[in-house]
Amino acid sequence: MSRVETRNPDRDRPGRVIKVDALARVEGEGALYVRVKNDVIEDVKFRIFEPPRFFEALLRGRPYGDAPDITARICGICPIAYMLGASRAMEDALGVTVDGALADLRRLIYCGEWIESHVLHAAMLHAPDFLGMPDAFAFAKANPDAVKAALRLKKLGNTILEAVGGRAVHPVNLCVGGFYKVPRKRDLQALLGEIEFGIEASATLAKAFAGFDYPDFDYDYTCVSMKTPGAYAIEDGTLVSNRGLDIAVADFPDHFFEEHVAHSNALHGRMRDGSAYLVGPIARYNNNAADLSPAARDLAREVGLGDVVTNPFRSILVRMVETFYACEEALRIVAGYEEPDAPRVAIEPRAGRGFGVTEAPRGICWHSYELDDEGRILSATIVPPTSQNQPQIETDLAGVIARNLDLDDEALKWRCEQTIRNYDPCISCATHFLDLTVERV
Amino acid sequence: MRIIGIGNRLRGDDAAGPLVAERLAALDLGLEVIELDGDGTRLLETLEGAADVIVIDAMRSGAAPGTIRRFDAASETLPAGAFHYSSHAFGVAEAIETARAIDTLPANLTIYGIEGAGFDFGAPLDAAVERAIDALVAAIRLELSSPSAAAASPAANSSPASTAR
Repeated sequence: MSRVETRNPDRDRPGRVIKVDALARVEGEGALYVRVKNDVIEDVKFRIFEPPRFFEALLRGRPYGDAPDITARICGICPIAYMLGASRAMEDALGVTVDGALADLRRLIYCGEWIESHVLHAAMLHAPDFLGMPDAFAFAKANPDAVKAALRLKKLGNTILEAVGGRAVHPVNLCVGGFYKVPRKRDLQALLGEIEFGIEASATLAKAFAGFDYPDFDYDYTCVSMKTPGAYAIEDGTLVSNRGLDIAVADFPDHFFEEHVAHSNALHGRMRDGSAYLVGPIARYNNNAADLSPAARDLAREVGLGDVVTNPFRSILVRMVETFYACEEALRIVAGYEEPDAPRVAIEPRAGRGFGVTEAPRGICWHSYELDDEGRILSATIVPPTSQNQPQIETDLAGVIARNLDLDDEALKWRCEQTIRNYDPCISCATHFLDLTVERV
Repeated sequence: MRIIGIGNRLRGDDAAGPLVAERLAALDLGLEVIELDGDGTRLLETLEGAADVIVIDAMRSGAAPGTIRRFDAASETLPAGAFHYSSHAFGVAEAIETARAIDTLPANLTIYGIEGAGFDFGAPLDAAVERAIDALVAAIRLELSSPSAAAASPAANSSPASTAR
């Protein structure tokens, strides 16, 4: 799908264009345009032309209970992020709290989503980049056992989604207030053996990926994530940054905004001062590494992650450490699970405004809804992770290109694609494919 | 026999795979018919444990719309570009080649590709693709009743002109 056009192939004379029609191994459709003049980067534009989908308008006038299932359709990879973000915002508006075994089941199904999404991206889509392999199956030929383990691990993620959510893609069992039906204890216990395999396999894969040759690039990111007292943030908590931000979920719009840019169908998220920020595995890890389990912290250390990760290419290692942790958490929750008396908390519709945020595999996904007195949706705002990361992706690209101008067009294109894949960008989510153009003029 | 129709019914000619699968299911031949969206890892899982599998998917190879191509996975490598239309970039060709690499390829795996004209949301089926669907359903039915008929079938590796009538 990639095409390289060279207007002036002689790099000693200024002026060339590199154009990639579609970026492989990311979700959705996007493009990248880079203009370089006398070896100085003048412009980097990460365009998303996946059409806008108007989910927020679609929700208006519908009952509050429709939001989880409708917003889940924003993404087939991370539906739980939308279902739980919407549910938590509705519960905030309606004044109810979901806790105990129901909250544990929510964290369990979210662990399933992290496992499935992280392993698909790390092992099948991102790992081939580090081996100079154009396709995942080339990686499979060289490392059949690693790929078998990765597929089994991804399947574990799907199985957890099925056990708690009724099916692996767009689960049907989640609702505002909890679940339509809680899983039987024996059905969850049946997962224990495979979860134990998952803990071992994710550590093995993390150690294998630690041997990759990582491109030399570091950035002092503004890391924005959730923070959960006493646990690594997944589905519950407040919002923090490594620059001292510590705010309630409701206060997100006071510190962050989204803007339309001419070159993309996706909104761009920025801090109120206009600066870019990072969400996702590295941001989470940098803000919350101390909250990982001792074994996950040991694994992080063993694969060479320090207290703070500044090389975005190492996101693949953070994903595998998070996968390891998610398997450990799944084991803990399943081992301690007792079926609750009621599958959900009772809800009385009322007028209100509510906010919810969770850590989607790609970073924080923020929801806000306003309801009328019958619980119908008056307004909806959803800020997905890839919108927030877009300005930072452009900044990373500018930095990576500046360091690699000596590369030929094909190698530079490859490195740019790899840089974008560091973010596991879910472009279909952010609009609510990739085309790379490097113009040297 | 497991029949796997791949594609998105809402995206124009991408519906070709699911439509062929649905038509074969309706023939009541005792087939195990499965519809998938094109995510390669799901296809890998769906190939597991089956000895005889037919996969039908839309193609974007640059051939004339309605062109049918038949691949025998046991004896040939799939051209990655032809099936690489999906936003799910770990696609059908990658899944089948990965299955070969990790030794989980079914003993008999036939892949039929139907060249699509357009893949826009909400777009109708192209007329040539519609005729190709008819032709391929008939060809697979013939293949199932008499396996040696497959290669000789006029629909296998046909151009749209030969399937037009």
